Amino acid sequence: MAKLTLDDLRKLRDTKQQAMKMRNPEDKQAQIIVGMGTCGIAAGAKETFNAIIEELNDQNITNVLVRQTGCMGLCHSEPTVEVVAENMPSVIYGNVDADLGRQIITKHIINKKMIDNHICDKPAMDIIQ
Amino acid sequence: MHACVCDYITDLVQNSIEAQASHIQLDVYTGPEVIRIRISDNGKGMSNSTLSKAVDPFYSEAGKHDHRRVGLGLPLLYQTAEAVNGTVDIQSTPGKGTVIGFTFDATHVDTPPLGDLALTVIGLMTFSEQFNLELNRETQRDSYQISRAELVETLGNLEETTNLILAKDFLKDQEQHLKQ
Repeated sequence: MAKLTLDDLRKLRDTKQQAMKMRNPEDKQAQIIVGMGTCGIAAGAKETFNAIIEELNDQNITNVLVRQTGCMGLCHSEPTVEVVAENMPSVIYGNVDADLGRQIITKHIINKKMIDNHICDKPAMDIIQ
Repeated sequence: MHACVCDYITDLVQNSIEAQASHIQLDVYTGPEVIRIRISDNGKGMSNSTLSKAVDPFYSEAGKHDHRRVGLGLPLLYQTAEAVNGTVDIQSTPGKGTVIGFTFDATHVDTPPLGDLALTVIGLMTFSEQFNLELNRETQRDSYQISRAELVETLGNLEETTNLILAKDFLKDQEQHLKQ
């Protein structure tokens, strides 16, 4: 197959977007932020990030925004993932491997239930600016 | 030691983002003899004395970790380069930016694998800071170039997961064609 060009990519996007618009016209209802400092990277946050975006894509969820950020100050509990969802308290989950990353989507985002034993509360005080 | 070369790339580009760079150029060359990476940014840069401290694992920039004395990004890179017949070269000018180049000996038994470059690059594009990231990817046979601005122009907001996955597939395709 020929190498994809940006034009091919634009066409693919248009096809996907039409399907998306019919499915979900609402605004973003949640943000998922993956810590990607040296500590997060070393603990495998890239796999967590990948699991999260793949799971969102598999479940056709389009109203969640995924971001990366630097160290959240909880280096001992990396990978850490902050989840800010509508009608839910904001939480930072610690020790989030790929599997737990997928669970965040099904449990926290879809079923609106927090995941026990992984809640780290707030970022470390000396990191908040 | 990080698990793959891409992890060093993430770490260093994240430094550039934290240094408020609006433009980051990332060159990735992998050949049979050498892996050569160069990251150049127009961020706030470092003075010589800050730079000499930055390679100390017990130094981190004030303000980021006010009560902490640990910063492992650059020390990990130096350690790995030393272990695998590599080199690290940092040029930095306060107010102008930083250029970090490093090489690893591709034939050394301890040299980490490249890792998933497509995933790494799209991950870097999801930082909320405003910056353009330009990737120049080369092997002996072929090359490709892509930037955050081009992907945003083509796909729209990269914070849409659908767009992000498309960008990842696109980059994976480019990587695949480098190997053929």
